[in-house]
Amino acid sequence: MSGLRFADIDGWRAALATDRAAALAEAVRMATASQTELNALITPAPITPIADHVGSGIGDLAGIPYAHKDLFCSEGVRATAGSRMLAEFISPYDATVSARLNAAGAVCIGKANMDEFAMGSSNENSAFGPVRNPWNVERVPGGSSGGSAALVAAGVVPFATGSDTGGSVRQPAAFCGVTGFKPTYGRVSRYGMIAFASSLDQAGVIARHARDCAQVLNVLAGFDPKDATSVERPTEDFVAACARGVRGMRIGVAKELYSAGVRSEVAECTRRALTKLEQAGAVLVDIQLPRLPLSVPAYYVIAPAEASSNLARYDGVRYGHRAEHARDLNDLYSRSRSEGFGDEVKRRILVGTFVLSAGYYDAYYLRAQRIRRLIAEDFARAFAKVDVIAGPTTPDVAFTLGEKSNDPLAMYAADINTVAVNLAGLPAMSLPCGFVDDLPVGLQLIGPAWGETQLFAAGHGYQQISDWHQKTPRVLS
Amino acid sequence: MHIEANDLDRLARLARLALTADERSALVSSLDDALSMVSALREVDVNGITPMAHPHDATLRLRADEVTETDRQSALERIAPQMQGGLYLVPKVIE
Repeated sequence: MSGLRFADIDGWRAALATDRAAALAEAVRMATASQTELNALITPAPITPIADHVGSGIGDLAGIPYAHKDLFCSEGVRATAGSRMLAEFISPYDATVSARLNAAGAVCIGKANMDEFAMGSSNENSAFGPVRNPWNVERVPGGSSGGSAALVAAGVVPFATGSDTGGSVRQPAAFCGVTGFKPTYGRVSRYGMIAFASSLDQAGVIARHARDCAQVLNVLAGFDPKDATSVERPTEDFVAACARGVRGMRIGVAKELYSAGVRSEVAECTRRALTKLEQAGAVLVDIQLPRLPLSVPAYYVIAPAEASSNLARYDGVRYGHRAEHARDLNDLYSRSRSEGFGDEVKRRILVGTFVLSAGYYDAYYLRAQRIRRLIAEDFARAFAKVDVIAGPTTPDVAFTLGEKSNDPLAMYAADINTVAVNLAGLPAMSLPCGFVDDLPVGLQLIGPAWGETQLFAAGHGYQQISDWHQKTPRVLS
Repeated sequence: MHIEANDLDRLARLARLALTADERSALVSSLDDALSMVSALREVDVNGITPMAHPHDATLRLRADEVTETDRQSALERIAPQMQGGLYLVPKVIE
């Protein structure tokens, strides 16, 4: 069956209704064929036999193929988190996200490549090799959900899962010219999502269309007693919210999101998008986020601190990599961890250990948490005046593989427009809004806590008056 | 705060990481860079600001005091690197 590349969820539904077996076979064929050029899958195989899905048709996403970021656990399936530490780890249980997608009938065609333990912005930190950007295979796809974004951009799957701790859904979506949605912290269960920084981590979704993100979020969202930070709220229909339109919507524009580091051509693309939204009836309002520049230093204290604590569980004893011929218990711990973790993970564990250690805890960790509150208060003040906030997702377009891999600080600095959202626990999305150097540019929309419906109204509204999300890279085999 | 080689050794010991000589020299400078980047936080007046540990300042909810866990011992044994008789094996701890 042909013609399915770049199909959206409704397009897949139509094809599945015509010939379910042929449509699913084509999904698997495209995924396998993409590996040579993109390396976007760590496990390039369906997690359950395709034959099991051929006869059934129950659920809101019945038969819809997707790629699953390799930090979501699925029972009996390998989940590596992009790390040598978990290269052989077979999960004994399902993440809630996996269970909900299974119950909705979605078909996982493979586990997507990612930066190790979601730490990175280029996918170069994967123990399974870097992912390549479908728009230009010499460029990075972004990270950490780089495999997910690349597969959606290449038209292999209509959606993919991601996780976003400091921009890991939105930044690769921007670099790959697709739509990435990060819900409010607590909206989607973190149960069974391999942890990086637990007060920042949130599962998200990447698709070409905002409306498809809404279809998937309708399945993923909801209270889960297995996640102590999951929040109990009435369900909302995010697909219905897409139809609301942008007329009368107040869109906040903050100069801090256009700092000196943002390339002028990128800023220009997002300004043109805002003008279009204004022509469609939205109202642009100047707002201030004065503490935004502090978000990168605050994030690079808090996230490593939580990571150093979370990753203490990898001890070579209960699961994961174990060093051979250890002299004693400490030697077993140290060598298992040193052999299992890559450079960036070690660096962040050590930074986290430092900021939590005696004598430095108050000056670094507690201080960063206080500044986190100031950053969240900036957003709260802004959202008293506006419905959403808009700006560039990233300061520049996708960079060349290897260009920043020896300069972690340059990589961290480029997270300036995304990390504050996680510190405040807000929902946000990235939408394609133009091209610079033939590479996609992302427009970020940020909503107040639990403001997903207005984000979908704005995002889908923009995609009704623009066609950047319809652009496709040259077709792979 | 500047990171020196002996600071790195202390952190590596606390974090249970065994670093090679190459890793040590690269990490001394990149940790130093990372800490000088975050030192911008020290310029901010945070007097009277309560630390924010969680996005919604939520407190952990309590669940009903009922047994919900099932016995997963055999499933968990299967993923352990070394088991014997239902016990995790580690190098000898007491001489």
